[in-house]
Amino acid sequence: MQLAVNIVVLSAIYALIACGYVLIYRVSRVLNLAHGELMMLGAYLLVATASSFGGNPVLAIAAAVVLSLVVGGLVYVLLMRKMTGEMALAAVLATVALGVLLRGVMVLIWSAQQRYPGQDLGLPNMALALPGGARISIFAALLVLATALSYAGLFAFLRFGDWGIRMRAAGQNPLLAAQRGINLHAIYALAWGLSTLTGSIAGMLIALDSGLTNTMVIIGLKAFPAALVGGLDSLLGALVGALVIATAEVFSIQYIDPLLSDVVPFLVLIAMLIVRPWGLFGTREELDRV
Amino acid sequence: MSDRMPRASGYFRTDYAQEIALIKTRLERVNLVVFLALLIAFPFFASAFYLDLATQVFLAAIGSLSLMLLTGFAGQVSLGHAGLLAAGAFTAGILSKEFGASIFVALPCAAAIGALLGIVFGLPSLRLRGLYLAVSTLALHFVVVYLGGEYETKRGFSTGITIDAPVVAGLRLYGGKVWYFILLAFAAMSLLICANLLRSRSGRAWRAIRAHETVASALGIDVAAYKLLAFIISSAMAALAGALFAYYRGFVSVEAFSLFLSIQYVAMIIIGGMGSLLGALLGAAFVTLLPYLIEAVMQRLPNAQAYADVLFAVNYAAFGLVMIGFLIVEPQGLSGIWRRVQNYFLLWPFKQKAIAGGRK
Repeated sequence: MQLAVNIVVLSAIYALIACGYVLIYRVSRVLNLAHGELMMLGAYLLVATASSFGGNPVLAIAAAVVLSLVVGGLVYVLLMRKMTGEMALAAVLATVALGVLLRGVMVLIWSAQQRYPGQDLGLPNMALALPGGARISIFAALLVLATALSYAGLFAFLRFGDWGIRMRAAGQNPLLAAQRGINLHAIYALAWGLSTLTGSIAGMLIALDSGLTNTMVIIGLKAFPAALVGGLDSLLGALVGALVIATAEVFSIQYIDPLLSDVVPFLVLIAMLIVRPWGLFGTREELDRV
Repeated sequence: MSDRMPRASGYFRTDYAQEIALIKTRLERVNLVVFLALLIAFPFFASAFYLDLATQVFLAAIGSLSLMLLTGFAGQVSLGHAGLLAAGAFTAGILSKEFGASIFVALPCAAAIGALLGIVFGLPSLRLRGLYLAVSTLALHFVVVYLGGEYETKRGFSTGITIDAPVVAGLRLYGGKVWYFILLAFAAMSLLICANLLRSRSGRAWRAIRAHETVASALGIDVAAYKLLAFIISSAMAALAGALFAYYRGFVSVEAFSLFLSIQYVAMIIIGGMGSLLGALLGAAFVTLLPYLIEAVMQRLPNAQAYADVLFAVNYAAFGLVMIGFLIVEPQGLSGIWRRVQNYFLLWPFKQKAIAGGRK
């Protein structure tokens, strides 16, 4: 039973992070390899707001969430916008460089020590007992809830929201979308903002649950196979991919070797790339759009 | 390459051999001799610190040349170069530690393992392109590093494998000067191998594949074979660089081969300038020396002690900034700047710009 809970929590983490990869890829065909760093930045933003709004956790979290949206938009406006028209690969490398830059800046500002924003905010992390003898911490439960809400929100937004429909249009055919009067730059900035937002929520909740160090980047990177296994341009795929990766990881920790946990997602990724490179739910023709 | 100005004052070539000759003019020959003489004289004047820096640059140059061959010329992106270096280093470490193998066995074995891994890294390239290929090499990097770490912990070398200085013909290869010349020789050899591969059939095939795969196969190029060839050669060279690194440091540990190292190698060829061997060398020198430059600058600042523990963070940030700067402002890299400077002096006193469209 505990195993099932672990799988659900881990796949919720991966799914919440992976939808950031999917959003950006789907809209602008850019693979954001700085997603792990952006997610960590979101968590650090919570540390920052926690010290200014220490007495009011809700306000602190809300401020951090809004800030992360702004940060994501700024990343597009200041950096990725300059890479439009370049090879897709140059854009990917720019995100890699951004990741390295962010990692340095974050250590400069917040030092490399482990932080506990939960304590700063005065939020205790209790364990809830579930039926079947399993336990789950409050923040892990919140994470599962946040993932469910984020996905529901994103599905609704992309399906019914004006901006969501514009976003899908921009992803399908940027030229036509632009000719229909859609402001591509605004769409891309919004996609980057939303992607950073969801990633940051994941980062914040993980930080609240188990503290914040710079190993969080690795979690971000491990969520990437989840996005690709499901298909880089499919939200539903990211959800399924996260489940696959999390299951494989939890089982290998349980039954084979805990050291494997950092590799298993990538092994699954390689297997997927060999068998079905476009992922479970991805669109096949994407493959040649390099 | 395309916007390279002719250096000789006139076009005197009468056969194809002259067209692909490595040294085309007398000035180039003189320059080369002077440069080589400087490189050979360098260790007799430099301090141990600068000697180590130069040696590190040579090591990085072997790796960046191999990556340039793969990415800059054959167009196959690899984000897992550190994995190949790790494989080479671990092969050398294991062979010398467990089997007491000499360096003459260990280096070829490392290269062979590298070539094998090259096939593994390269196989996805037959099906995947661009982004997906980059991702698959990234994943393989993690797998190789995991295997190395697993070996370390299972065999009880949890802090890393120490390697004794190799003995060649009764002499222990030890000390800065000896390794300077060894690595200079290896770097020069790698450069020569790359240059020769690129000016022959294989180089033309790779350029064609990079430009357009379908057209390349229509021209009769065996795309799959040449892609794999690029991966094999590049990986073997990278593994060799890893093995040399292991011997030079006398120590192998999986921590040295993080994802950041892969990023550094990619940065070398970006900063140096894609599609230029000179760029690979310049990029290797730049990326290797940048942290030391930053450290030197920070020590000049008032209150230097206070910044000592944030140094690595400053390095990271500066490194990211430089990489972004080159990607946005100067995609041609250092070799592009170098070429422009050359053209300026070639054309002087006229201030004519290169014809528009020449720059791709």
